[in-house]
Amino acid sequence: MKALENVREIMRRDRVFDFVAEERLPFSGRRTVLPGELDLAGGPIFYLENINVSFDGFKALDDLTLYINDGELRCIIGPNGAGKTTMMDVITGKTRADSGSAFFGQTMDLSKMTEYEIASAGIGRKFQKPTIFPEHSVFENLELALSMDKRVWTSLFAQLTAEQYDKIDEVLETIGLKEQKMLPAALLSHGQKQWLEIGMLLAQNPRVLLVDEPVAGMTHQEMERTGELLTSLAGEHSVVVVEHDMNFIRSIASTVTVLHEGHVLAEGTMDEIQNNQKVIEVYLGE
Amino acid sequence: MVLEKIFPSFMKNDKAGQILLMILAVVTLLVSVLNLLVPESSIFHVSTYTVTLLGKYLAYALLAVAVDLVWGYCGILSLGHGAFFALGGYAMGMYLMRQIGDRGVYGNADLPDFMVFLNWQELPWFWSGFDMFWFAMLMVVLVPGALAFAFGWFTFRSRVTGVYLSIMTQALTYALMLAFFRNEMGFGGNNGLTDFKELLGFNLQSDGMRIVMFVLSALALASGYMASRYIVNSKLGRVVVAVRDAEDRSRFIGYKVENYKLWIFVFSAMLAGVAGALYVPQVGIINPGEFSPLNSIELVIWVAIGGRGMLYGAVIGAFVVNFAKTYFTGVLPEVWLFALGALFVVVTLFLPKGLVGLYDQMKKNWRPA
Repeated sequence: MKALENVREIMRRDRVFDFVAEERLPFSGRRTVLPGELDLAGGPIFYLENINVSFDGFKALDDLTLYINDGELRCIIGPNGAGKTTMMDVITGKTRADSGSAFFGQTMDLSKMTEYEIASAGIGRKFQKPTIFPEHSVFENLELALSMDKRVWTSLFAQLTAEQYDKIDEVLETIGLKEQKMLPAALLSHGQKQWLEIGMLLAQNPRVLLVDEPVAGMTHQEMERTGELLTSLAGEHSVVVVEHDMNFIRSIASTVTVLHEGHVLAEGTMDEIQNNQKVIEVYLGE
Repeated sequence: MVLEKIFPSFMKNDKAGQILLMILAVVTLLVSVLNLLVPESSIFHVSTYTVTLLGKYLAYALLAVAVDLVWGYCGILSLGHGAFFALGGYAMGMYLMRQIGDRGVYGNADLPDFMVFLNWQELPWFWSGFDMFWFAMLMVVLVPGALAFAFGWFTFRSRVTGVYLSIMTQALTYALMLAFFRNEMGFGGNNGLTDFKELLGFNLQSDGMRIVMFVLSALALASGYMASRYIVNSKLGRVVVAVRDAEDRSRFIGYKVENYKLWIFVFSAMLAGVAGALYVPQVGIINPGEFSPLNSIELVIWVAIGGRGMLYGAVIGAFVVNFAKTYFTGVLPEVWLFALGALFVVVTLFLPKGLVGLYDQMKKNWRPA
């Protein structure tokens, strides 16, 4: 038996290759992975490998390979056009990669899933510009985001349960918008809209939060609160933050990835990054 | 208040809708009584002509509600909703044609007059079943529904939106108009279907039947309104508005946007079909002119003038514009189209929320601060 386990250890796949993923069967040695279930046995929650995306000849992502661990708070930085937003688009299914593979856990092939499938698999995304539903109240915004059966006919007769009310209250508490509960979202301040959007992600009960420039246009205090919010969410969720503001990143980051011209230039703690010669050349030195 | 006991709970926040439905009930009752029980010599008598005219407006109002559902709530500007209305009308018309039996000009019991005239020997396959009332009524909703489903399936899936979608709906109704104009299509060509005699054995020309059609139209408007109100108040309604305001966001929180659009579009088309089926027996004719793009644009104008995204605004708009139309085309026929155009310009420029918005604004201004 020992020998068998050794073989398994050698054959253990921390990376998933296309042909393996297709054939992955329930009896893979470790435990049963049901279809649609997130398999985190390997460690990372995202496996992005050799991804290429080009728009009319412009290479937005150039052989990008990136792993993100479960429960991690990861910051992605890079100059404009480095491919940060495109990377998020690939993960959420908005853009399809020309080549390469994108896996969520070990078994879910993101390139074969639609946006709403990816969303219901547990990936929530916050856009650069706050996108909320302006005519709905804060409460209704969260209600719509709440993880539940989102098919048409069930929606026609859906009523909120007591637990769902509790969940919404809990999220309102987290994002600090309890008093604005019944206010139309259009009337919120810019910072509050950003929080509401993060709250909508939380209501979805996601494994991963993709957050695109959360502090753009925020006051200093709002920025601080956002930082606290994001750090408190890491652990239970994986949080991926794309941001320009270096001070903000310094205040929250554990691991920083620098993107440049569509691929990873450097990865490490903020200090390591700041002393990295290549990074200084393209980004920090400017 | 009494109102709260009459209306179901989903209507309780719709005060304007409650008032509207109450007015509808009172007027319907009053008009019926004044037509049937008051002698013609009395000044209180309501002529049968007026009853039919009002019945027609009621069908239009239902159509306007259908347009408001997709345009006001889902943001799909359909410039082809007249097509669904006309298809419902044709389904009803085909049943009424079959009811004529051998009382046509040619006295042919199996074929409608226009087919005899074209020297056709037998009824085309797609006319079979239309001699049965239940079948025809099923087709009134199924045919527009199926067309809306097919159209929506392809367009929403390919994420066609905005002005492109509007142009395609316009093309759809135009294509149908051209098709229905052709005699070979088997729908009476240019002349359409007319010379109806009776519905379920009741003479369509009789005063009693006119009133029945009028009351049925009022009931259809009331139930169509309430069904639509239920939908927009449900979570489905909130999702649909969310799709209108931030389509990408709704996709990323896990809604299959195209299915929601498709659902509301098909429902709206079915409602339009019902409106068409009520319209045809009252005006006594259905012809390809109903498919004309101009009609579809006009009914969007009703909704714009009444105020979109409120449902009752659509009803008010349909009544106001059609009253004006009846009046102006009687007094100054040349002026009507200009007046309609001017009305539309004024509303888009100064009254983004239509007449209802104007009323709300005035109420706010007059209230002491």
